[in-house]
Formats: sequence, structure tokens, C-alpha cells
Amino acid sequence: MATYTGLSALWFSLIGLLWAGYFFLEGFDFGVGMVSPLVSRDDTDRRLCLNAVGPVWDGNEVWLLVAGGATFAAFPLWYASLFSGAYLALFLVLLALIVRGVSFEFRGKFDSPGWRRTWDVANFAGSLVAALIWGVAFTNFAHGLPLSAAGYTGGLLGLLHPLAVLGGLAALAVFAFHGSVFLTLKTSGALHERARSTARFAGMAAVVLLAATIAGVAAGGRPWAGAEGALPGAVPLTLGVVGVLLLAGAVLLVGRGREALAFGATGGAILLSVGAVWGLMYPMVIPASSGAVVPGVAGVTLALAASHPYTLTVMTIVAAIFTPLVLLYQGWTYWVFRQRLVRPLDASVSGPVAGGG
Amino acid sequence: MTLELARWQFAAVTVFHFFFVPMTIGLGVLVAVMQTLALVRHDQTWDRLSRFFGRIFLISLAVGVVSGIVLEFQFGMNWSAYSVFVGNIFGAPLAIEGLLAFFLESTFIGLWVFGRERLSPRLHLATIWIVSIGTILSAFFILAANAWMQHPVGYTVEDDQAVLTNFGALLTNSTLWASFAHTVVAALATGAALTLGISIWRARRATEGVERDAFRRAAVLTCGVLLVAVVLSAVSGDLQARLMDVQQPMKMAAAEALYNTQNGASFSLLTIGNLSGQPIFQIRVPHLLSLIADLDWNGTVIGINQMQAAEVAKYGPGNYAPILWLTYWSFRAMVGAGILMIVVGAWGIWLSWRKKLLSSRWFLRAALAGIALPIIANASGWIFTEAGRQPWIVYGLMETAKGVSTVPTADVAAALAGFVAVYSVLAVLAIVLVARAAHRPLDRVDEAAAGEGPPAPTRLVY
Repeated sequence: MATYTGLSALWFSLIGLLWAGYFFLEGFDFGVGMVSPLVSRDDTDRRLCLNAVGPVWDGNEVWLLVAGGATFAAFPLWYASLFSGAYLALFLVLLALIVRGVSFEFRGKFDSPGWRRTWDVANFAGSLVAALIWGVAFTNFAHGLPLSAAGYTGGLLGLLHPLAVLGGLAALAVFAFHGSVFLTLKTSGALHERARSTARFAGMAAVVLLAATIAGVAAGGRPWAGAEGALPGAVPLTLGVVGVLLLAGAVLLVGRGREALAFGATGGAILLSVGAVWGLMYPMVIPASSGAVVPGVAGVTLALAASHPYTLTVMTIVAAIFTPLVLLYQGWTYWVFRQRLVRPLDASVSGPVAGGG
Repeated sequence: MTLELARWQFAAVTVFHFFFVPMTIGLGVLVAVMQTLALVRHDQTWDRLSRFFGRIFLISLAVGVVSGIVLEFQFGMNWSAYSVFVGNIFGAPLAIEGLLAFFLESTFIGLWVFGRERLSPRLHLATIWIVSIGTILSAFFILAANAWMQHPVGYTVEDDQAVLTNFGALLTNSTLWASFAHTVVAALATGAALTLGISIWRARRATEGVERDAFRRAAVLTCGVLLVAVVLSAVSGDLQARLMDVQQPMKMAAAEALYNTQNGASFSLLTIGNLSGQPIFQIRVPHLLSLIADLDWNGTVIGINQMQAAEVAKYGPGNYAPILWLTYWSFRAMVGAGILMIVVGAWGIWLSWRKKLLSSRWFLRAALAGIALPIIANASGWIFTEAGRQPWIVYGLMETAKGVSTVPTADVAAALAGFVAVYSVLAVLAIVLVARAAHRPLDRVDEAAAGEGPPAPTRLVY
């Protein structure tokens, strides 16, 4: 079996960064999808919400695919056990991402209220279900999964214990907050005002739910805390608490109209939360809440799951060359589309303009 | 039962995805070519055409993207034993595909769709080319992963895991380059056939001369692209057949359902009866199979019985032949559709040279039917190459039956039913939306010129 090296720790961190980037970016698309029905008063508002994330949502979603691919390459056992173990949960996420993904392109293709409503529901429900399940999943990672020697066999219901559901709701609220703050940055006029008041409510809910989830996870014990290399519990706890404080700060900042700072804070809270989960898991890739799976080891360790150093070296070189390039052009996209969307004056008469010009 | 359902699920989600992938790659290149012609020649017509076909491209892309997400996770969900065995090798190109290709296409498609007023015309043109390069890079890396399953190179097996020893060998795998060439030209043919069918139909029913002329020009362009692409796909397909004859002789024999080794083996165009050696009626072309396999009139093609005996000697008792009716007919469906595409392309060029491209009602019918040909060829070609590798999931290293996850059968069945249901709806919607987009008038010239002057504050695209 592969040997434990610094490379596997590097890739464990990189995969954490990919997930963190995914939740930072797609988190606000999910949020916009979820709060669009709350902040929109008419079809033009809904279109403004869709167009606010329009140029970037697809690139945001690729962070998930790269996280999945990197896990496959760097930790085959992690990829294989996690996705076969959480089979139905992942299936539901995929369905949600499918209906949500096509809703962007399809919604404007027929000029019929029923058609548009269908895709509005698809976008809303897809964002909501995906956000909820990711929250449930990451709470389970932090809390540990009931593993046996055969891996995780608890099915979908085994993932939905009260703490995990709380974590799912926390993710919903955090993304709804993050997304509505994003909308305050991208919109103007009455839509902007409604996004702002929605942000404050979502923000307060997010602070309470995330704090409760962190408390629940911290009370859970962490049977793998004694494993060699495990971080002291104070490290992830601090990350989580600072995350909650950032969220609380973001609520105040939105109230004062400091929207860019507030967005930085909600994004920071998301990054820190993923950091906290990763800090809790290390040195496990799948920690066991049920205690030792094989004698003395409470979970699937990095060392057990990691690929051979040769593969990790190749991947490191490729990532070192191309990641800066990706960040550069993705960042440039956000620069190109930095302007606020302005409600068209003739909004009532302009029909949907299909993509591509 | 889990194994069968997992195989059906993989077949369903892959073939569905592969309806849209070649279409997207092909249309992407064609739209980029049209937009280039518009810019280089300062020609409004090509600009309007690139917008028209750009809409169809985006529908295909949207369905291709969402069905592609599923595939990233299929291996872990349904094939976890396989994933653990090959992750060291197979995971790397998959991850690199995401980093190099998916980021490129997904980011720049946003810039192309939303950036028309924000970017200079040259930069905007560059974005669609970058999207196209992204889709082609994506094909390269996923085929690098697949080629390794067909013909493993650059590895050793340690502790029940295949371990990568030579990344360069993975990227220079002969199987990869042959199938990459074949896939890319087939994708071009797919985009060209769709564009040709729509263009001929639109040009014939156009009431104004400008529109008729525009679609006629698109038809002439795509007729040429179709013919060249299909001829190249035959050349690259032949290259693949010769590699297959060496690397996977069983698949070559299964393509013909050739039971016993023959020199100067003939090729049957069709067989009525059964494939277990007693055909009732056959049309055979002498020596053709030997030509395909060896590029030699009297080349030796090893038979299924001989390969079975050889593999039993090498790997132990078992059945090493794929499902013969499937390999036999999928191979014929692919080749047959390819030949018909050559006919359509050549006929179109002949008519165009005689200035009769738009006057033949029969050619209109052929061009419309021709839209389906590459789709049939792509699906059957993919089914042939995957089904022909069976019983192996990685040729010679791991059998498909040993790669499956230990997931409850009911879960696999539920996911299969769910994917089939959602994909059926998506397929219908995609067809309806493409048909609708094909009915749209070309953008007016003033719309097409909207890029000039100060940018509008907000143009709602979605």
C-alpha cells in the first residue's frame, strides 16, 4: 500500500481548498437560486437574479468536478468509499445539479409563464437540495461516520441524524446569506433593497445555525483525536468560531451598506468552516464516529487511501503550473462582469434574449 | 444483480452524455470558424450565422455539461473496487481534465455568452476558440483515461493496485492518439451534419434572398467539412482497427463474429440467422476483414475460438468473448452510417459544384436524415469499443464483474430509474429546443451590429 508522505498531506489540503473554493463560489449561486423567489417581484427581477450569476456559475461548478477528480487521483480509496457509501445522497445532489444547470439555459427559450415558472422552481429546488445535502455531508465528515470493516453501510437515512440535519440547515442559511449579499453587490434599486433585507434575516439565521452546528460537533467527541498527527481540537474549533464571528460581522456590515466587505466576510466564514472540517478530519479522510474500525485506527487514514508518490508528484507539477492560470482567468471573468445589473427601462416589453447574442 | 444494474446505469449515462459531447465539440469549432470568417472578412452574414448556430451549440453544451457531472462520480458510486484498483492512474487524467479543460470551457463560455458588448471583437472571438480548445482538450484527457483501460501502459501492479510508473507513456499511448483523432473528426462530422441539414432546409424555405444566400453559404461550408471529417474518421478508424488487431484481437474477431482464424478473411455486410457460426443468409466482401485488420490482402485474423483458448491459457478458466451480436451489429451500424455520410457529403459537393445544391428535393431529405447518421455512428462506435473489451474493465488486468461497488441493489436500481427518467425528459427538451432554435429568423443586421457604440448597461441574456 502507498506510503505516507508529505505529498499526501499536501493533496489532502489541496482537496480541502478545492471544496472551500467550490463552496465560496457556488455557494453564492446556490444562495441566489434560493433567495430569488423571496426578493423578486416580477419576471425581470428573476431574470436579473439569474443573470447576476449567469456568466460565472458554470465555472464555479467546475471546482466540484476538480475536487472529485483530485480525490480520485490522490486518494482512490477515499473517492471510492465515500461516493459508494453515500450513494443515494450523491445521486440526489447530481439530480439537483442537473435540473438546476439546464434551468439557466432553458428558462428563456419559451415565452410562456408556465415554462418559466417550471425552470424557476428547478433552479430554486436544485440550489436548495444541493446546499442542504452538502451541509449534511460536511457535518458528517466533521462528526465522523459510523464505519464498519466494510466501510459506511448506513445508507441515506444513516446520514440524516439530527446534528447532520442541523448542519444541512446551517449550510442553507449560510449560502442564502452569501448569495443575498452577492445580490446586493450586483443589483440596484428596489431589488437591491430587498436583497439587503433578505441578507440580514438569512444572516441572523446563519449565525445561529452555524454556531449550533459547531457546538454539536464539538460535543461529539472525535474518537480519532488520538491518531498520530491529529490536530488539537482547539484549532478547528477556533476556525469555526472565527467563521461564526465573521458571519455576525457580515450581518452588521450589510446593515451599514458595506456590501463588499460583508461579502468578503461571508466568503471568509465559508472558507474557515471547510478549514475547520478538514482540521477535524486530519489525519483521517473518512473518520469513524464509531471508534476503531481496525484495531487502533478510527477511520480511513490518509496514509491508507493515498496514491503512490509518483502519481502525487505528477499531479503536483500539473497543479503548480495550471492552477495560477485558472485563478488568473477566472478572476479576470469576475473583473469583466463587475458592474451592477441595472433594471432595463423597457423591461416590460423585452422578451427573453437567447444566449450567444 | 447489482453488477447488471450498475452496467446498465453506466451505459445509459455514458451514451446519453456522448450524444451531446461530439455535437458540442463539432458545433463549437464550426461556430468559431463562422465568427472568424465574420471578423476577418467583415462579413455580416457569417456573424448572423454564428449567432444562429451559437444558440444550438449552447443547448447542446448545457445538456452535455450537466450529464458530464454525473460521469465524474459514476466510478466512485458504482465501480468502487475498480476505482481503488486504477485510481493512481485513471484518476490523474480525470483530475487534469477538470483543471485544464473544464475550467477553460466553463469560464470562457460565460465570457462568450455575456461578453459580446464588454469585450473587443477580437477578444470575443478568442473566447469561443478557447471554449473549443477546452472541449477538445477534455476529449483528449478522458480518452487518455479510457485508452488505458483498452491498452494499459506505464504501470506496475503493487498490492492489488495498479500504480503509475510512467506518465509520459500514459499520454503517448498509441490507443489514445488513434481514438483521439477518430473522436475529434467524428465530432466535427456530427456538428457539420447538423449544420448542413438545418442550412439546406432553411435555405430552401427562405423567403428573402439574404437569408437564402446565408444558409446556402453555411451549407457549402459544412458539406466540405462533413466530407473531409468523415473520410478522416475512416482513416483514423482504420488506424484504430490495426492497433486493435494487435492489442485486443478478441475485439477485432468480435467485430466480424469470426469464429476461426483465417487468412484473407472476408467481411460480412450483413447476416441473417444467428451469429454462432451458422448464418442463413450473408453478403460478404472477400478479404475485407484482413484489409481492415492488417492492411494486407491475405493478413491473418485470429478467430474467437483461438483467442478464447489463448486467454484461458493466460488468465485461467472463463468466457473471454464479448456479446457477439452487440459487437457485430454496433460495428456495422457505425461503419454503415459513416459510408452514408460520405455519400451525403460527396453528393452535396457535387450538387454545389453544379449550382444545384438547393434545387434537389432528394438532397434535402438526405441532408435532414443525415443529421442522425453521426449520432448513430458515435453511439454505436462507443458501444462497440466498450462492449468489445468485455469481460474486461481494464483489458487483461481486471474483469468488469470484479470492479463493481458493494451497494444495495435497490439503490443502484433507483438511481438508474432516476437518471433514465430525467435524461428522457432532457432528451425530448433538447430536441424540441434545437428544433425551435432552427426555426428562428437570423438576427437582424442592427442586432448583429449592437456591439458597436457604448455598451448597454445591462443586457439580460438568460
